[in-house]
Amino acid sequence: MVLGGLLQIRLARDQFDSNANVYERLSYRSARVPGVDGRVLVTSDAGEFVFLTSDEFSQLEAGTLHSTSPKFDDLLAKQLIRVGGSSSSIRIAEAKLRTKKAFMREGQTLHIFVVSLRCNHSCAYCQVSRQGVHDKKFDMSSATAVAAVDRMFESSARHLTVEFQGGEPLLAFERIVEIVELVEARRNTSKRGITYTITSTLHHLSEEMLKFFKVHKFQISTSIDGPSALHNANRPTPDRDAHARTLSGLWSARNSLGANSISALTTLTKRSLSNPEAIVDEYVRLGFRSIFLRPLSPYGFARRSERKLGYDMAEFVSFYERALAYILELNRQGVQIEEAYASILLTHILTPFASNYVDLRSPTGAGFGVLVYNYDGGVYASDESRMLAEMGDDLFRLGSVHDSLPKLMESQAMSILRRTGIAEELPVCRDCAFLPHCGADPVHAYATQGDPAGDRLSSAHCLRHMGLFRILFRYLEAADPEVMRTFLAWINKKPRSTFAHAGTS
Amino acid sequence: MLSLHTHAQLSGSPSKRIYKVLGISEALTTSHSVERILIDQRSSLPQLDLQVMAKLGFAGLVSDRPRADVPSDLLCVSNLSESKVVGRGDVVRIRDRGQVSVLNRRGANANFLLATERCNSYCLMCSQPPRDGVDDWRVDEILDLIPLIDKNISVLGITGGEPTLLGRRLAEIICSVTQNLPNTQLNILSNARLFSDASLADVLTVDSCKVLWAVPLYADTAARHDYVVQADGAFDETLNGLYNLAERKAAIELRMVVHAQTVERLVQFSEFVWRSLPFVAHVAFMGLEPMGFAKQNRDLLYVDPVDYGPTLETAVWYLQDRGIPTSIYNTPLCLLNRDIWPLARQSISDWKNSFAPECDDCDLQSRCSGFFKSAGSGWRSRGIQPINKECTI
Repeated sequence: MVLGGLLQIRLARDQFDSNANVYERLSYRSARVPGVDGRVLVTSDAGEFVFLTSDEFSQLEAGTLHSTSPKFDDLLAKQLIRVGGSSSSIRIAEAKLRTKKAFMREGQTLHIFVVSLRCNHSCAYCQVSRQGVHDKKFDMSSATAVAAVDRMFESSARHLTVEFQGGEPLLAFERIVEIVELVEARRNTSKRGITYTITSTLHHLSEEMLKFFKVHKFQISTSIDGPSALHNANRPTPDRDAHARTLSGLWSARNSLGANSISALTTLTKRSLSNPEAIVDEYVRLGFRSIFLRPLSPYGFARRSERKLGYDMAEFVSFYERALAYILELNRQGVQIEEAYASILLTHILTPFASNYVDLRSPTGAGFGVLVYNYDGGVYASDESRMLAEMGDDLFRLGSVHDSLPKLMESQAMSILRRTGIAEELPVCRDCAFLPHCGADPVHAYATQGDPAGDRLSSAHCLRHMGLFRILFRYLEAADPEVMRTFLAWINKKPRSTFAHAGTS
Repeated sequence: MLSLHTHAQLSGSPSKRIYKVLGISEALTTSHSVERILIDQRSSLPQLDLQVMAKLGFAGLVSDRPRADVPSDLLCVSNLSESKVVGRGDVVRIRDRGQVSVLNRRGANANFLLATERCNSYCLMCSQPPRDGVDDWRVDEILDLIPLIDKNISVLGITGGEPTLLGRRLAEIICSVTQNLPNTQLNILSNARLFSDASLADVLTVDSCKVLWAVPLYADTAARHDYVVQADGAFDETLNGLYNLAERKAAIELRMVVHAQTVERLVQFSEFVWRSLPFVAHVAFMGLEPMGFAKQNRDLLYVDPVDYGPTLETAVWYLQDRGIPTSIYNTPLCLLNRDIWPLARQSISDWKNSFAPECDDCDLQSRCSGFFKSAGSGWRSRGIQPINKECTI
């Protein structure tokens, strides 16, 4: 033991990495991104990524990448390789994957109540077979509502989102009130967090409804397709005033509930695609902080009028690319507007967590993350599943609201989803560099291709997401500080000005 | 800066080693046990009759001068060579020959208890180089001391050496703090290597609700971290330890010391923390303390903070912007960009902190960490300058 002037006997740096050049490759996937020349994207199972030069990538594959290469430590730190049989590499990779897939332990969090199919719109692309305004046999019965609430509380999820849909759900407002009262009666004893949401055109919004939504802190989602002419062409009503009536509902809802309680979705038809800037401008003009640019779903009437309204995915992707570029430019100029699709995908790419978006995950959200209680008492795996049923195919009907949740989980529909809903096991998906950020969609595959496992090369789901990921990774590779700042604001759900100092990180 | 040690003349023999010093009115109402209380009877304080003092069971008094009238069962501590060192509320250790050490100072910005000098790492910049040998007496002393600490103390630190080497004896300390100071946050500085054994994590996280494990992590890769802590396999052990702690819901702070061996991958370190350890409650980026091994290894470690500033700020914002609370310790404000000042803490314990002559003209001295008083001219940044509020705001 040395006292006082204790002198350290130091070991040299190379004693700690003498064997560093002998590395093991851990699980990773790679892709070339069109527009990113000479570089290869490499992603880990948990969704971290590195861009390597072609030379670095060949060396990585050949096992000859040298530990002095500038990318070597990045690959180590992201568990794409490991040295010396490091036990922490595997532990870290496990922890990351568990975090990314945390939704698997949650159970069903999203519960959609289709309280009525009635609607005053007759949109050609309508995703469901809407019914006339007066035909009350398309409303959910009280007995169905009671049983559906029972099913919801059988889910193990700690947080439940109760979503009201239609048709136009406000036409069955009494049923909404009844369901909310049933849920509230059990809120405390069940120890769950509850969020209410409703998807509505807001045409039938009354003071009484607003008061109710305020008390129960509803999040309202409405539909605005763009400027008035485009919106009204997409959404015919008897008086051709769909846009004006939705805006009038929007103002009163904002007045009573606050701007943050109302968001809007766009439905994009063929006529939308020619002018992305006008659609974005309309959202900015109306004071929205977010716009969600999703393509048409191949369901309901949409499939039948596909020739008139539809478009192929390449058209959508180039529309999206132009719209996103415009939105990023607006943000650079200080306009706060988020593109919600990008925001979801960037959350998958740039954070250790999953998003709460149930339409793009693996295992699929259908049935595992979502349950849909239809007006007629049928329980479906997803919104798309019940639309498919409206078209005459009830493959993804799990059963009735009067069956217990365990019984619904044993249905043939769930067994199909279990077999085909894990992207990591699907041909092509399992080798795709975007897999960690993407998801399986067996219902879509079945609706469009007649096979829940689907064929990737001709799949609109795959083409769409490949297109979106390529656009986003081009931005991430270029890493323009202004764009990265916008992305950072989006994934944090905070104003861009909060990140005034943020540079390239 | 106020020293922690002084000398006194003792009369009567100390029956214990550890006492708490209180003024009369506080002593008469205290919930601490009276046989451990020394009543402060230094000049101009109201005087208590010594017979009464003895009858009430008090241990003794602190006095300016030795007094002839002290009953034999009272200890009289007098003629302190530096009177200010001992204040009311402080917990002191008194040795037979009159050495007086303040173990816990009321109102100090940092109160740490050294639990052991033994360590299983051997860090290049260690400010308190480890020593082998049996030092179990420290645990006994800490257990003796904890009941005398002010109940309202908000934070108490346990440091080393490596406290987890104490095993179950560390659990005794945690348990005692939980019982005696239920509202106090206990910060335990540990490299978490031994927690790679999950059974130790089980033993030491039972009362984890008010414990924060402050764990040093110096790189996102094993070779670099292992070199800095001079221990092969340490990175693997610490990472496994961190996950074992997190799985037991323990609160964790990470500590990075910024120097030439760590600054190269500082931003990647932040990315690694965000991706791999997003559950941590706080990340601290600390400047070097020029003590111990750090002095010997100056040339291997020293970078002028002015030169690493931009890298440090990028690394700090990377985490702060993603919702992980992040701070800068031991770095004077004049060496940092002003928009990051809100994240810079006055972190240097008040008994080791000092300022440079030009700091006299600085308007921010009261908010600034200042310097370690141990820093010599070789550690002086060329960026030190007074900051004048009118010029900067």
